[in-house]
Amino acid sequence: MPDKKLFGIAALFDSPDSIIKAAKKIKEAGYKNYDINTPYPIHGMDDVVAAKPSRLGYVTLFIGFSAAAFILSFMWWTLAINYPLIVGGKPFFPLPAFIPITFEFTVLLGVLSTVFGMFAIVFNLPFNSHPLLDTEYMRNVTSDKYGAVIEADDPQFDEIKVKAYLKSLGGNSIELIFQLEDVKQKVFEPKFLVFLTVVAILSAAATYISIDKLMYIPPFDFMQNQKKGSAQAESSFFTDKREMRKPAEGSVARGFIPYEFTGITDTNQFYGNPLLPSKKVLELGQSKFLAFCSPCHGDYADGSSRLRALFPPGPTLHSERVIGFTDGKIYNIITNGQNIMPSYASQITREERWSIIIYIRVLQRAQNPKTSDFTTINEINKESGNVQN
Amino acid sequence: MTKDYSVEPEIIDGNPSLKALDDVIIKPIDEKPSKKYHIVLSIMVTLLLIMAVCVGLTFYHGIGLWGNNQPVAWAFDITNFVFWVGIGHAGTLISAILYLLRQQWRNGIARFAEAMTIFAVICAGLFPIIHTGRPWLAGYLIPYPNQHLIWPNFISPLVWDVFAVSTYLTVSLVFWYVGLIPDFATLRDRTTNKVKKTIYSIFSLGWRSSNRHWKHYEKVYMILAGLATPLVLSVHTVVSWDFAVAVIPGWHSSIFPPYFVAGAIFSGFAMVSTVLIFVRKVFNLEHIITIDHIEKMNKIILLTGSMVGYAYIIEWFMAWYSGTPFELFTAMNRAFGPYAWAYWIMVSCNVFFPQLFWFKKVRRSVLVTLMIVILVNVGMWFERFVIIVSSLNRDFLPSSWHYFKPTIVDFGILFGSFGLFFTLILLFSKTLPVVSLAEIKSVAKDAQPIYSGGEHDA
Repeated sequence: MPDKKLFGIAALFDSPDSIIKAAKKIKEAGYKNYDINTPYPIHGMDDVVAAKPSRLGYVTLFIGFSAAAFILSFMWWTLAINYPLIVGGKPFFPLPAFIPITFEFTVLLGVLSTVFGMFAIVFNLPFNSHPLLDTEYMRNVTSDKYGAVIEADDPQFDEIKVKAYLKSLGGNSIELIFQLEDVKQKVFEPKFLVFLTVVAILSAAATYISIDKLMYIPPFDFMQNQKKGSAQAESSFFTDKREMRKPAEGSVARGFIPYEFTGITDTNQFYGNPLLPSKKVLELGQSKFLAFCSPCHGDYADGSSRLRALFPPGPTLHSERVIGFTDGKIYNIITNGQNIMPSYASQITREERWSIIIYIRVLQRAQNPKTSDFTTINEINKESGNVQN
Repeated sequence: MTKDYSVEPEIIDGNPSLKALDDVIIKPIDEKPSKKYHIVLSIMVTLLLIMAVCVGLTFYHGIGLWGNNQPVAWAFDITNFVFWVGIGHAGTLISAILYLLRQQWRNGIARFAEAMTIFAVICAGLFPIIHTGRPWLAGYLIPYPNQHLIWPNFISPLVWDVFAVSTYLTVSLVFWYVGLIPDFATLRDRTTNKVKKTIYSIFSLGWRSSNRHWKHYEKVYMILAGLATPLVLSVHTVVSWDFAVAVIPGWHSSIFPPYFVAGAIFSGFAMVSTVLIFVRKVFNLEHIITIDHIEKMNKIILLTGSMVGYAYIIEWFMAWYSGTPFELFTAMNRAFGPYAWAYWIMVSCNVFFPQLFWFKKVRRSVLVTLMIVILVNVGMWFERFVIIVSSLNRDFLPSSWHYFKPTIVDFGILFGSFGLFFTLILLFSKTLPVVSLAEIKSVAKDAQPIYSGGEHDA
């Protein structure tokens, strides 16, 4: 067989003792590219051939810790940031409750990375085209014999010498192992392309059927086709033919307190603003004013409506008349509406209404400042080292 | 029959050659299945089909076909789930924990026990999914970015369960496959059938039994065992949290995790014994899976059975010691209430009968062992039934007390799950080596070098 390239010469040994001795001698004779094949791991072989210990453990360590860090921050992100889960005052980062999944995920990725690491990096597996495979030698070493093979690319390799050497070590069934011929396989063969197309069509069809068709036949559609009333449909059961029931007389929505001063335009005679102009109150008032009032009254309450030409603009709140309103009167207007302005009772809570009023007062004062205001501002600036020119 | 226990017995009886080990283990794969095999398989497949029908009916008509009611919303389904997950635990214990403890006798039974783990977890995983009633929506349990913009609630024990059981299944499968790679290579090099050879070649990944392979392989096996050991303890712990985190009297107990883990190993070993007793007989593996193996497993059953018995006593103690009238009521209700029959079946099967293993004659008798381990299987199923149903059926509100009665569909699914399990076992025993070839060879007599004096210095 001159046209075939030699891969190596293999010999079989009968006992674990003889293979260990043979391995030791091959090593000592200075051969570099040789391999020992045994049907099961032989204790002490690593010492004999001076194999470095496997470093796959670092893969496990690194990927395992990365997995733990990832899943922990991922759970925190979903629970606290992406979709805050507000349940019974529970914390957003409950570490004890995160431990089980963190542990499981660490183990999962640790195991998978180790095994894939072994397959891919270390073994270069799957490797079904190795010259040793499918030889008489391999048939024996995966069953009950112990083998050594000296490869042809070893610097000391010499066919006749190696043959004799292996024989002298006590090896039998010396076998010449040849390289496989390189067969270039075309990647995009017509057969393969047809196969790919068929797989694509089949999986597309299966997806289409299961999502677009299957879900609309019983029993998968049971959830859609329940016996239930829909809000605007006519009822055949109730005498008033309404499917959506009206709440009982006098029902009050949760958290809603009815307004008891209907008809009285100025409630200041009963009570004043319960809030004091603190920073918190002003911030609340500002945010609500910007959300609900500013579209018509303008960001600075000067009547510059954003809805000009679409909706009649709201009046400025800096007029003498509005400045003269009591807090109670403004509260009444927000609650019940006035002229074209609707009631905001259902959208703005009581506390927010009072906060808005305080914010409006601040805006008004800012338009018509008193001399004392400048003095105060200058004092504040001096204290904070912010020199006004 | 005196035996010197200070000497570790030979793992394989009769000192067969490596070739003979290959032959006897691979024989069932090469031979055409016998008539008996077909009969047993057809019985099991029939059971499996019964399950398929019952599950199909459940999917069509809904969970109303089962006996579940309020307040017994969890019944057979979750009982079966916990039972099957528990069965799986012995496999990982044998393959991982006993490996780390250098218990070489495990080599003969590890492959089979690992396979049982996988099949048991497959059976187990089925139950929570069919219990949802709309199993096609079970995908929502997996955290993926969806158009609803919602995520699973990661602080719920039921979500922990999803992660624990799916991780357990994946890791067991990987562990099993890693163990199979060298055996696939052996099968590849033995067979002359071209189709078989292709299949084995694909699965063997080109394994060449090289010393360089073995070096990494043993390391990986060690790492997997190291990771699987805490995993197996965590899985039943997480399962027990499904109960212990709830505030139901009879569930809300901190002893549940160790109690469940001990029970899982107990029931798992019982199932391994049950199946292996048949396997060693049918496949003539009595010299590989020896009476010593059975005795050792019986000792573990005795130990874990006693731990389970201890947990039963502690439950009574805690019911009294907690000072909660509800806890005490639940304990009394378990033992003397409407489900007293189940409680006493559980206690006698799990606590009383395994105590017979104190006697060496009993431990070494295959027939008695078989009877006891089957009773243990029954008892452990009833344990989960008692925990779930007897705690739920009388809750805080006496007006809603309700006796749970299983329907025929419940039984169909329960027995069908055994059909699924044993069908998989039977198919496995005819397609893959039931004993790990590489591992059993490594513990055979004269399989390791002796380093005999003088010549060694060369």
